[in-house]
Amino acid sequence: MTTLLWVVFPYVCLTTFVVGLFWRWRYDKFGWTTRSSQLYEGRQLAIASPLFHFGILAVFGGHIMGLLVPASWTAALGISNELYHAVAAIAGSVAGIAAAAGLAMLVARRRLTRSILQVTTPVDKAMYVVLGLVIAIGLVNTVGLNALGIGHDYRTDVAVWVRGILLLQPQPDLMAAAPPTFQAHALVAFTLFAMWPFTRLVHVFSVPLGYVARPYILYRTRDARPGVRTPRRGWEPPGS
Amino acid sequence: MRVMAQMGMVMNLDKCIGCHTCSVTCKQAWTNRSGVEYAWFNNVETRPGQGYPRRWEDQERWDGGWVRTSSGRLELRSGGRTKRMLRIFSNPTLPGLSDYYEPWTYDYDVLLSAPAQADTPVARPKSLITGEPMAIRWSANWDDDLGGAPEHAPSDPVLQKIGEQVRLSFEQAFMYYLPRICEHCLNPSCVAACPSGAMYKRAEDGIVLVDQDGCRGWRMCVSGCPYKKVYFNHKTGKAEKCTFCYPRVEAGQPTVCAETCVGRLRYIGLFLYDADRVLEAASVEDPRDLLEAQRSVILDPEDPAVIAGARAAGIAEDWIEAARHSPVYALTNRYRIALPLRPEWRTMPMVWYIPPLSPVVDAVAGSGFDGEDRATLFAAIGALRIPVEYLAEQFSAGDPAPVEHSLRVLAAMRSHMRRLNLGEPDGDAEAEAASVGFTPRALEDLFRLLAIAKYEDRYVIPAAHVELAASLDEAACSLDFEGGPGMGGYGTFGQPPSTPISVESFHLTRQRAAAERYADLPEVRGAVARAPEAGGEPSERKGGAR
Repeated sequence: MTTLLWVVFPYVCLTTFVVGLFWRWRYDKFGWTTRSSQLYEGRQLAIASPLFHFGILAVFGGHIMGLLVPASWTAALGISNELYHAVAAIAGSVAGIAAAAGLAMLVARRRLTRSILQVTTPVDKAMYVVLGLVIAIGLVNTVGLNALGIGHDYRTDVAVWVRGILLLQPQPDLMAAAPPTFQAHALVAFTLFAMWPFTRLVHVFSVPLGYVARPYILYRTRDARPGVRTPRRGWEPPGS
Repeated sequence: MRVMAQMGMVMNLDKCIGCHTCSVTCKQAWTNRSGVEYAWFNNVETRPGQGYPRRWEDQERWDGGWVRTSSGRLELRSGGRTKRMLRIFSNPTLPGLSDYYEPWTYDYDVLLSAPAQADTPVARPKSLITGEPMAIRWSANWDDDLGGAPEHAPSDPVLQKIGEQVRLSFEQAFMYYLPRICEHCLNPSCVAACPSGAMYKRAEDGIVLVDQDGCRGWRMCVSGCPYKKVYFNHKTGKAEKCTFCYPRVEAGQPTVCAETCVGRLRYIGLFLYDADRVLEAASVEDPRDLLEAQRSVILDPEDPAVIAGARAAGIAEDWIEAARHSPVYALTNRYRIALPLRPEWRTMPMVWYIPPLSPVVDAVAGSGFDGEDRATLFAAIGALRIPVEYLAEQFSAGDPAPVEHSLRVLAAMRSHMRRLNLGEPDGDAEAEAASVGFTPRALEDLFRLLAIAKYEDRYVIPAAHVELAASLDEAACSLDFEGGPGMGGYGTFGQPPSTPISVESFHLTRQRAAAERYADLPEVRGAVARAPEAGGEPSERKGGAR
């Protein structure tokens, strides 16, 4: 059971994540979009969307810090474990609450605005449930356990396990011994990774960093003539 | 000098009767699909008026186009790259659906399926966005023909700029139609605003397009375009815009809007321009110099140096030949009567307009004078402050001189041709033509181009590649086949395999023949399904369950 939950399941999810993204990129660039609903409703979005997105970006940065950077590195920089956890708990709580509040507002907006509700697909709904769960359990860990509660030094078990997964040297026993809420957070998060390529979340990988450095006006020469090149799926001319 | 070719258009506003044929045929060709019901790649608005989307010219609100910074560089009006990146999660200058209008259909089925009853059945309007019954409060041409002008026209940004005192008198004196498509600018701010790099200018003909596979739906182009001519397809989550009907133009045919224009007022042809000078010209300090700067970027296709440069740049001989006969070059640079729309936004728009003389003629005729008489008209052009000032705001950054020049040329042409046709004494034809910088012969040529307006004179369009032109097929470029991206489905999980047209029409024909009720007709089901796709499930049932 330990192996199934903490080795097989994560790898299945990660494989789905990577292969799925490749498949989606290869075959569905046309469907790869933010699917913005701003045209329908802008006033609530103006508050909720930046709140959620900046919050979740901070949360992402915190996970990089907490999971991928070994405790020995921060210690080498002269940051004590207590200081690290105090900062992490406070910053993590702020970011997590911002993301959760933003998401709650976005979902409420989506539910209550008829036009947006009607373009919400079942996949969207499933994704919001899982994303909401991940954030909620994460908040329990960060706010409930680490900021207000007894605290748990995840850098001795969860983080080591995650690095083990990524380095292909899984250490499932570490995770099996972690607190149940951390276990739940990890499981739901990996579920989200498995769903990722099939949802609107793919737009995360379109973050337009290249824009900062490119020329303003772009020129392209005309495509090869129809028939000269095999058209991409979905772009075949009629009658072919 | 780096010579590039650019497809351009000129519209002779003097001849526009506001019939909206261009808009309707464009819509049928390009935006008769779910997700872009509200979008009009071509629209005709009555000026004075708010336009479509409402008050699109108000860049204080929409932040479109470019501005010149104090250091003389060009920057997008909405700010630098980083500033705009930080607004990516919620674009503060994106028009909402209410700024366009909420698209609707009618519950036509009621008219056919209602049982015998005392009252006439009524087809109620239903929103294509929510599927709910709705009250129609605005549309793409709500203030057509100055309808509701006392209420709506005061919100016209141009009127507000030229002042309060204008308002009362203009209603009797002044109205014209402004057909608008994408300007296919030389310096397009939509392209510059696109974070994904999905928008581009075609190197061959300068047509500005959106790569539907590259667009990620950030919506910055919609804000970046000061003309609000990029639209967000709310079903596919991608930007769409006027394509200058490139599949037709590549085959040497005019755009749909131009082809179907009953007033024959559109001209399509090539410009040769110096790509190296575009930025410099767009950056001149005084906005009133922008018109001349823009003209100066366009090269004389008869100049041997330009022709040599064009050949060096790989422009085909038939294209150079077409550029030499280009009606748009003649109207913008040779006769100098066509003006760009809103040059002060520094995008170097390539759809030009001949300002309308008719409002002046009407005003003169209305006051009992001879509206065709040159002297009277000339006096009126100088005296009628309102039309000229209004036109100058739209076409020459507020400088009345270019507008007055265009109107004087039109007036001189009218009186010259009247004299010829009525056999009136010659008088001083040479001197009168010279007073607007023309010869009598040139005025007659202009008359031929503007008034006779033969098809082959209006459209000088070289096919894409002569050697490949025969293999170009309009239909091959259409997005509108079943299951194709033009159908506006989600496409998230792959679309149904595209069906060959022959099979599709076979099924359509059979369904049409076998349909029991109007609502079951395939095309009607399609129209209803355009409305709500609740949870991704097609809504035929909603329409059919009445």
